[in-house]
Amino acid sequence: MEKAKVRDAREMTPETHVDKTGAKIRAIATNVHYGDKHALKDVTLDIRAGEVTAFIGPSGCGKSTFLRCLNRMNDTIEGCRVSGTVTMDGEDIYDPRIDVVQLRARVGMVFQKPNPFPKSIYDNVAYGPRIHGLAANKDELDEIVVTSLEKAGLLAEVKDRMEAPGTGLSGGQQQRLCIARAIAVNPEVILMDEPCSALDPIATAKIEELIDELRENYTIVIVTHSMQQAARVSQRTAFFHLGELIEVGDTEQIFTNPGHKLTQGYITGRFG
Amino acid sequence: MPFSLLLLVLVGLAAMSYRFGTARARAVAPGRQSQLHSRPMYHGLYAAMWCGVPALLIATVWLMFQPVLVKGLVLGGLPESYSALSEARLNLIWNDIRNLATGDVVRAAPAPEIRDAADAFRRIHAIGDAALAVVCLVLAAVGARYALGKVSMSLRARNRVESVITVFLVASSLVAILTTVGIVLSLLFESLRFFAKVPPLEFLFGLHWSPQTALRADQVGSSGSFGAVPLFTGTLLISLISMCVAVPVGLMSAIYMSEYAHRKFRAVAKPLLEVLAGIPTVVYGFFAALTVAPFIRRMGEEIGLSVASESALAAGLVMGVMIIPFVSSISDDVINAVPQAMRDGAYALGATKSETIRNVIVPAALPGIVGGVLLAVSRAIGETMIVVMAAGLSANLTFNPLDAVTTVTVQIVTLLTGDQEFDSAKTLAAFALGLVLFCVTLGLNILALHVVRKYREQYE
Amino acid sequence: MSEMTASAVTGGQRTRELVAAGIGRRYRAEKRFRAFGLIAIVSALAFMALLFANIIGKGYGAFVQTEIRLPISYEVAVVDPDGTRDPEAMLRANYGKLYRDGIQSLFPEVDSRQERRVLNSLISSGATFEIRDAVMANPSLIGKSGEVWVPASDDVDMLVKGKIDRHLPETARRVTDREIAWIDALEAQGRLETRFNWRFFTQGDSREPELAGIWGAVVGSFLTMAVTLALSFPLGVATAVYLEEFAPKNRWTDIIEVNINNLAAIPSIVFGLLGLAVFLQFFGLPRSAPLVGGLVLTLMTLPTIIIAARVSLKSVPPSIREAALGLGASKMQMVTNDVLPLAMPGILTGTIIGMGRALGETAPLLMIGMVAFIVDIPGGFREPATVLPVQIYIWADSAERAFVERTSAAIMVLLFFLIAMNATAVFLRSKFERRW
Repeated sequence: MEKAKVRDAREMTPETHVDKTGAKIRAIATNVHYGDKHALKDVTLDIRAGEVTAFIGPSGCGKSTFLRCLNRMNDTIEGCRVSGTVTMDGEDIYDPRIDVVQLRARVGMVFQKPNPFPKSIYDNVAYGPRIHGLAANKDELDEIVVTSLEKAGLLAEVKDRMEAPGTGLSGGQQQRLCIARAIAVNPEVILMDEPCSALDPIATAKIEELIDELRENYTIVIVTHSMQQAARVSQRTAFFHLGELIEVGDTEQIFTNPGHKLTQGYITGRFG
Repeated sequence: MPFSLLLLVLVGLAAMSYRFGTARARAVAPGRQSQLHSRPMYHGLYAAMWCGVPALLIATVWLMFQPVLVKGLVLGGLPESYSALSEARLNLIWNDIRNLATGDVVRAAPAPEIRDAADAFRRIHAIGDAALAVVCLVLAAVGARYALGKVSMSLRARNRVESVITVFLVASSLVAILTTVGIVLSLLFESLRFFAKVPPLEFLFGLHWSPQTALRADQVGSSGSFGAVPLFTGTLLISLISMCVAVPVGLMSAIYMSEYAHRKFRAVAKPLLEVLAGIPTVVYGFFAALTVAPFIRRMGEEIGLSVASESALAAGLVMGVMIIPFVSSISDDVINAVPQAMRDGAYALGATKSETIRNVIVPAALPGIVGGVLLAVSRAIGETMIVVMAAGLSANLTFNPLDAVTTVTVQIVTLLTGDQEFDSAKTLAAFALGLVLFCVTLGLNILALHVVRKYREQYE
Repeated sequence: MSEMTASAVTGGQRTRELVAAGIGRRYRAEKRFRAFGLIAIVSALAFMALLFANIIGKGYGAFVQTEIRLPISYEVAVVDPDGTRDPEAMLRANYGKLYRDGIQSLFPEVDSRQERRVLNSLISSGATFEIRDAVMANPSLIGKSGEVWVPASDDVDMLVKGKIDRHLPETARRVTDREIAWIDALEAQGRLETRFNWRFFTQGDSREPELAGIWGAVVGSFLTMAVTLALSFPLGVATAVYLEEFAPKNRWTDIIEVNINNLAAIPSIVFGLLGLAVFLQFFGLPRSAPLVGGLVLTLMTLPTIIIAARVSLKSVPPSIREAALGLGASKMQMVTNDVLPLAMPGILTGTIIGMGRALGETAPLLMIGMVAFIVDIPGGFREPATVLPVQIYIWADSAERAFVERTSAAIMVLLFFLIAMNATAVFLRSKFERRW
């Protein structure tokens, strides 16, 4: 069933899928250095369209670093160098001709700690469409905001207080607001950096449910600390260790039949 | 004995007591030093304290009250006819006596009673100094004797020395409180005397300021007029101009430094900008009065405007430059306090740097920036030298930046420099202005610190 | 399902186009904004450069002074008419006649009384005192004659330095054609030179710009700073140590803390009012004295030092305190032996910065009468004195053209001291900065 849907998506949108293998994003021999520190070593990985890919591994293993390579958020960090190739739909995103603003409009991101802007709920969601000029008028903007909030499953909770500050929401609501904010720009890929680590179990469950729904429209990459979460939400899982990609495969296979001793050790809880 | 010599002798005596104290402590416990309660050093310090501290205290108190005491004694010794004189007249006479006694130039042929008083002045001084020296030396000797006599195995010298030091620490921290109390009391006290002569309402809401006329009692309008509104508006105008310079430039500098500048550029530009804050205000005043003001006047003439040679614009501009580093360093702090997550959030949505700054960082930092600007305003209001040198004395009620205006601080300086009687309304008015200045700046500071603190809490 | 995916993708296409359409405008805005930031910094720095250039340009001339070489004959009849060599009598002799005779001997053709007076005015009146001092120091000169360099008047000095434009019409300048002719003649004879202006560094204030020096103000500043340092350093450190190490955290210490923060922001002139009302009026301390100036500046500087010292003490890690206490040291021993030495570089840096501010402070000192015209070099803490910034203020207020030059030069000296102090602070900070 899952697989069929993926194939469908691929057939329907030939123009965005230049790559024959079906990879939305493809990283080849990607290295990241922070100053003298070699944070990511020679990672080669495909991220398939319409799937949820989970990055797991112990802390400091480079999974977040790799995630931030995918929308060039590493650019904002001083002393960070990225080498190798990362392509999206066949285009090298580190090509000097690629505009980082345009890239980030296509690759949204949700962070570990909910970071709503100190603005109203409405303005938070409208921020992206406004700066990119996605809405021609107020009505269009209203529609984008409402749709995005609806997709993020937040609309029912906030529709009476759109002008209230976004920082006044609960943690889980804030995180869904951030997801709505990312969706509002209508990205192709959404990167999530441990989106539930600051949330309680109920809020986490809601977000996980949401991720599963979003998978229909977006390619999702999620970094997570929790193996259960990876197993619940993802179709594919990549295991990182000490800056290296140890193993990548279908989630089911990784969790039931890991190909590498390290992976096995990690998922059975021998280290973490 | 001159005071400095007395001081030296006392210090010398204390040093000797220290040596005797340590020696004695060692002698008390030869070879068994570990059985002494306190190490010999503390016995020495104990003796030195007993020797020096009481004498120094007496000397300080004497030094503080000597002038008042001597004045009372000398003036009290003058013939009956003098006691009816006004305080101002007495002060003049007192000056003569003092000048005569210290051998300075005086008016020709002083009256005989003045001459006698001068002799009395010298005599009292001599007696006082001698008495002080004797009392101090005796106290020092007795103290040292007492402390040295107490040196023993069980003397808790360290604890006693430490408690004396603790008393000193507490007393030091009281100085700050005493300063505030002193400021409030002296301003209040003199202002009340002023308000006894000029009603507070007239002072705070009067539109006409011309204290000069109060100089001579027989002049027309000798009461002077003390309506301070033109001063307040002048102060506001100049502060406003300076804020128009300092806030945009300071804020943009801070933004550029913290968000755009290359590390090397920042390493050079930031300290350079701070140099602006270290330049004495008198230098700014000189520059404003001699270079900026004539320049603005010429420019004004070029385009057919009449500009006062001491225009508010010149003083305000230069004051603004002085405040730039202040605004920029506070803005820098608050901008850096905005969590990186805010920036990341905006960048991840594809915002450009300036969009992130304008739409996210500045709004997030706004309370902090407002607090900083309030502090800067209080700086501008209290700034003295630039306006004294570059703004005028004419109390015009105007908001035209090309006119000359005067400010509260300028008037305080003008009223209090030069010769004047201490309790004339003119002099007292300076204290009333000082009180207003104190209240306004204090209010602004408390408000600003409150705003900034609330802002910090938001992100902690 | 598949329909939705399709719409999302075509929507994505539209989004991309919209984003691409706006990107040019947004990058232009970005550039503009960035340029504003750079302009802000550059204009602030340019203002500073202008200020320094202006002051140096105006002031460097004051380090030299036009002097004129005159033939002086120390006539017995003038200097010591009674022949007693009595210093009292010699002090009162008419030395002015000596230099007037000297200059007139160079221009014998000038004979009208009025013209002679003008000719005499080329020489500074200070020549009188310099000749007198030379004779008093060396009485054997009496009866002899010699060549002596004496200071020219300020107008001559300004003309020679080009600050008075000789090409202006005669009525528009302070120096007449006649005077210019004399000056040129003196120069042609090698009798007029600009020489290093030692008077500027060794003399006190004077009404005559060519004689005015900053030494009196420098000494005054030094004495005032000595009082300030001697009081504010121990008091500041003691307060900081008490608040940081000993004080219980209660309402009372909160009050002290808030109070110190507020004191730091009170306009300096208010401290001047305090000094006037309390030190001068209440305690009757002498006006214009470095002692009172130092007291006022102490109160003003204390908050700065206290705050810096507290920050420095706070940065000493608790582990060091615990180690000392664990070894059985008393709390006082821990502070004096372990914590204070580690915090000292930071405290010193803060103190130097506070002292720098005090050194440049003017307004409160005006309130306590340090603005008086004082010629003598102050000899003690209770004698009338002025300080460098106030001297600058006094000169800036003077009408004579030549004082502009002196003022700028005095500013250069003041800035030199400040830069030296701040460089020391920066050096201390970089040398002893320690991170745990």
